[in-house]
Amino acid sequence: MTLNSLARKYEPRKVPETKVATSAMIASLAAEGYDTVAAPFGHALVDCARKDERIVGLSADLSKYTDLHIFAQAMPDRFYQMGMAEQVLISAAAGLAREGFIPFATTYAVFASRRAYDFIAMAIAEENLPAKIICALPGLTTGYGPSHQATEDLAIFRGLPNMTIIDPCDADDIADMVPQIAAHPGPVYARLLRGKVPSVLRRHKPDYRFQLGRAQMIRDGRDVLVISTGLMTMRALDAATALAGDKVDVGVLHVPTIKPLDVETIAAEAAKGGRLVVTAENHTVIGGLGEAVAGALLTRGIAPRFRMIGLPDEFLEAGALPTLHDMYGLSVNKVAERIRGWL
Amino acid sequence: MTTQAGRIPNLSLAQRAWNIRRKALLMGEVQGQGYIGQALGIADVLAAAYFHALDYRPEDPEWEGRDRFLLSIGHYAIALYAVLMEAGILPENELETYGMDDSRMPMSGMASYTPGMEITGGSLGQGLGIAVGMAMGLKRKRSPAFVYNLMSDGELGEGSTWEAAMSAVQHRLDNLICLVDFNDQQADGKSTAALATGDERAKWEAFGWHAQRVNGNDLPAVVAALDAARNAPDTQPRVIIFDTTMCKGVPFLEAREITHFVRVEPDEWGRALAVLEEGYPQ
Repeated sequence: MTLNSLARKYEPRKVPETKVATSAMIASLAAEGYDTVAAPFGHALVDCARKDERIVGLSADLSKYTDLHIFAQAMPDRFYQMGMAEQVLISAAAGLAREGFIPFATTYAVFASRRAYDFIAMAIAEENLPAKIICALPGLTTGYGPSHQATEDLAIFRGLPNMTIIDPCDADDIADMVPQIAAHPGPVYARLLRGKVPSVLRRHKPDYRFQLGRAQMIRDGRDVLVISTGLMTMRALDAATALAGDKVDVGVLHVPTIKPLDVETIAAEAAKGGRLVVTAENHTVIGGLGEAVAGALLTRGIAPRFRMIGLPDEFLEAGALPTLHDMYGLSVNKVAERIRGWL
Repeated sequence: MTTQAGRIPNLSLAQRAWNIRRKALLMGEVQGQGYIGQALGIADVLAAAYFHALDYRPEDPEWEGRDRFLLSIGHYAIALYAVLMEAGILPENELETYGMDDSRMPMSGMASYTPGMEITGGSLGQGLGIAVGMAMGLKRKRSPAFVYNLMSDGELGEGSTWEAAMSAVQHRLDNLICLVDFNDQQADGKSTAALATGDERAKWEAFGWHAQRVNGNDLPAVVAALDAARNAPDTQPRVIIFDTTMCKGVPFLEAREITHFVRVEPDEWGRALAVLEEGYPQ
């Protein structure tokens, strides 16, 4: 909290002429022009659990808001309501994993990364247990302010050995991710979009399929290479469409697995000469995809013109999500505008 | 209940506890340090647990049917190594590797180093929550095994302990037995001067647990409490608070004021062992 923002709370406000409501915390993410899929995580987990008896689900009073309620309704005897208690949510998941089960534990990304971190580090990651931590409200996906905005979760978990980290883009990524992380023998932290989740990637590339640990080109482009993750791949693809109208040819490399990073693919694409390389992530620019890519490229002697799109090193404002995405540069327009400015 | 390897001679629990104390002192002497006060204090509880209550196979520490024993307090590792050696799970000839490079017995207990060490403790307040998950898992598998979690009075100050305590009741984990070593010492002084300031048994009962409080250095009382915990007829999780005396069995150390990390001078290890020798139980 800065002195500046403290002073602001005593400034009276006027009712604006156009009213924009803060979206509900549980709102689905809007992506105009795309079809949506309801609760892709919940349905994928049910499918997966039907084939694998070891899968169980746990939530800390957020099953409805992480789409785990679909699983809880379909398989009530395999669901554990842990109450509003993230430390025992994670510890119990560790204990179940020790006994041979594959627990999927869900909460919000802020609570897993901040409140339960020591438990994830010591009870799960240090033991390399196959517990899956699936977290809604990643980065800036709510207007409720810093208490619910997990702007630094990727940075927190990137430092943790053994942890696989995934930031899926859309409903198809989420649905395809579930069986792959269930089969992965170690711990996984995955960000989650919930509710009505847009289906984006196959619209741009019909044969695209999520592959754990792999970065994949969704579209090629001669002028700019955007290396993006999570919902920013949606934004990058729409910005690329907009920029194509300006005769700017933008390629988009989607990197849903943040750790381990697919350095080979990233380096190979970035080394294709002459393109401006831009990373884009729904996360602070500190310690996320952008710095990971920069480090990977520099250590291989690859040094293209390089820019990063991400959230600033600040506690973010409350408000309506579209306003905030515009304010912090995550909207399609802002992404396109910044790329245009860098050319 | 107890499964013992044939090669382990038939000793009384008092003799087992004495052997545990002696091994712990020998390890302390190797490093010239260690949480010896806690090891001497908890030796009777460990003897009763491993030679009366727990079901396990020394030759197969991962045996699926075993009762799980979780050491939430990683710094008590010296005590658990002693009982694991006494039980034939760890070879006794590794005693002098304690705390050394490449040892299987690091100063703080870790699951990946030591046979018989179920979890990595040490970040306090984690064991009981893991025990909750393991007890859930055992119930899913319809296993009759128990999960024991040994924690300290200091861990009563961790909020996560009470999250786990509520959760164990919510999920009716009658296969979970929590053992609290109440020696009233933590890093900065008395536990009763920090957060363990109330009636601890009443707190657990208020949370819905089957709770007992006994003298943890009175072997018949410890055995009776473990039996009562295992055989309680209800669906509650069970806790036993053991009041113990730090450095029990070595009176000149018991008399030391600050005993969380008891300072033992190089020449005192031999003296402590000699004092212990005099009290070998018949």
